[in-house]
Amino acid sequence: MGNEDSSEGRSSGDLTRRDLLKLTAAAGGTWFAEGLLPEPALSAMAQAADATQAPLKVLLRVNGVEHRLMLDPRTTLLDALREQLHLKGSKKGCGLGQCGACTVLLDGKRVKSCLSLAALVEGREITTIEGLAQGDELHPLQTAFIERDAFQCGYCTSGQIMAGVACITEGHAGSAQEIRDWMSGNLCRCGAYDHIVAAIQDAAKATSSQRGG
Amino acid sequence: MHPFVLERPKDLASALAFGAQAGRNDAPAEYIAGGTDMVQLLQEYVRKPNRLVSLAGLLDRRIDAGPQGLRLGAAATMAEVAAHSAVLQRYPLISEALLNSASPQVRNQATMGGNLLQRTRCPYFRDVGYAACNKRAPGSGCSAIGGENRWNAVLGTSDQCIAVHPSDLAVALVALDAAVEVRGPQGQRTVPLDQLHRLPADSPHIETVLEPGEVIAAITVPSATAGWRSHYLKVRDRASFEFAVVAAAVALDLDGGRIRQARVALGGVGTKPWRVPQVESALAGATLEPAALGSAAALAGQGARGHGHNDFKIELMQRAVVRAIEIAGAHA
Repeated sequence: MGNEDSSEGRSSGDLTRRDLLKLTAAAGGTWFAEGLLPEPALSAMAQAADATQAPLKVLLRVNGVEHRLMLDPRTTLLDALREQLHLKGSKKGCGLGQCGACTVLLDGKRVKSCLSLAALVEGREITTIEGLAQGDELHPLQTAFIERDAFQCGYCTSGQIMAGVACITEGHAGSAQEIRDWMSGNLCRCGAYDHIVAAIQDAAKATSSQRGG
Repeated sequence: MHPFVLERPKDLASALAFGAQAGRNDAPAEYIAGGTDMVQLLQEYVRKPNRLVSLAGLLDRRIDAGPQGLRLGAAATMAEVAAHSAVLQRYPLISEALLNSASPQVRNQATMGGNLLQRTRCPYFRDVGYAACNKRAPGSGCSAIGGENRWNAVLGTSDQCIAVHPSDLAVALVALDAAVEVRGPQGQRTVPLDQLHRLPADSPHIETVLEPGEVIAAITVPSATAGWRSHYLKVRDRASFEFAVVAAAVALDLDGGRIRQARVALGGVGTKPWRVPQVESALAGATLEPAALGSAAALAGQGARGHGHNDFKIELMQRAVVRAIEIAGAHA
C-alpha cells in the first residue's frame, strides 16, 4: 500500500526482519514470507507485533461462495478480494473512496470496497465483477460496454460496470443527465464517459424490455 | 494504516465500555460504523488508534416519522434516509442535502451518526506531510492560516484553526432544529444539534461535546417545519460528488408572497454547521422581493472574516441565501 510510505507509518522498533518473519509465520501468516512486501510494510507489521494485534478469522461470502480467511484487521475488503481471494477484477485506484474502481455490490447495493474493512462485512453477500455473468452469458451491461466501446485503458471498467448495474436496478438510469449524476462516484481518466452513459442506457432499455416481456 | 486491535462487540454496552477506556489513557480507541471517513483517516495516518471498536449491527437503523416529528436511527445509511417516503414528503431538505453529498456508493455505506462526526476536509488536516495542524496535532500551529485557504471557513474561526465542518446533512438538520440522542457509559442524554459541535477556539482537536465513549444513537427532528417549502443550494467546484464551497439550507413558512417564518443555515463557510438566526429574524414578515431578501441575507456576513483565498465566500454565501429562498419560494 502506497500509504505505508508515510513517514509516520515507519517505525524501526527492535524487531529484525528475521524475527518478524518467524513471528508472523508462527501466527499463521503466509503472505508475509513471500518477499513481496516493501520494508515500510514490514515495519508496520513490526508495530503490529508490538500492539499484540492478532490475525482475525473472517468469513467472506463472495459470488455465492464462502471463504474462511485469517486477516490482518487492517485488511480492506478490496485487498481481501484481490490479495487473498485473487479476484483481481476489482481495481485499486485511489484507495480512498474517490475513484470508484473498487466498486462491488454488498447485499445487492453498490459500495466502495476500499472503504470497508473486510472483517466488518463478515457474512454479507458480496458480488464482484467475476460474479456478474451467468456462466458464459455476459450481463447485459457487460455486453453493452463491449458494443459501445465504453472504455479505453479499462482500469475503471469493472467499477463502472458494477456501479452501472446498481444504477439501473436502483431506477436511476432514466436519462443521460440522471445517469451522469448517479455515476459520479466513478471516474474515468480516459474520458470514455459518453460511451459509458450510452452503454448504461442500452442495458437499461434491454433490462426493462425483458421485464416487460 | 497504523496497527490496531479490532473489537467487534456483541452488544452496545460492551462497545461503550471499550470507548470509555479511550479517554483515560494515551492509547486511543476510535469507533467505526460505516467506515467511509474512518478508513480514509486510517489509510492516511491522520488517525492512529490502537483500538478500533466496531459499531456494526449495534445501533438503531430505523427511520420513524410521526406527529412528533422524525427519528433517524444513527445506523441508517445516507441512501436509506434520502429515499424514505416520509423524509421526501415532509422533510425534503434532508433528502436534498443527502443526495447532494458524496457518491451513491458512499451513501450506501455511510451512516447518520458518522456523517455528523466526519472530520474536516481541510487539506492540511488530511495530509500528515504538513507538520502544523492544531486539529490533528494539538499545539503544532495552523498551515491554512497564511496557506492555501480557499476551502476554509470565514465564520467561527480562531487563530488556531479555520477548518470547515464538511457535512451537508448537518447544515440541513441544524436549520430544522434537530437534536441528537447520545448514548454513553453513563446513560442517555439529548443534545441540540446546534450545540453538538464546538467552535475551535484554542482546542480545535476537540470537535464535539461528546464525552469519551459516547456515541450518537439517533437524530430527532421536530415536526414544526414539516411540509414547509425548502431548498438546499450547494455551490461547488463540480456538479456532483464534491464538497460545498458554500451551501445554504432554507425552509420557509409562507403566507402567499410573504414569509411568516424562515430557517436558514450555511455550509462550507463555518467551523461548525452554521445557523443564522439574525437572517431568520429579518426574513420574518418579509416579502420575496429581491431587495428584501438581499438586505436580510447581508446579515449572514456578520462576524465573517476571510483569510485571503476564501474572502469571496462572504459575498457568495449571501447570494446563496437569496437564491435558495427564491428557489424555495418558487416551488409549487
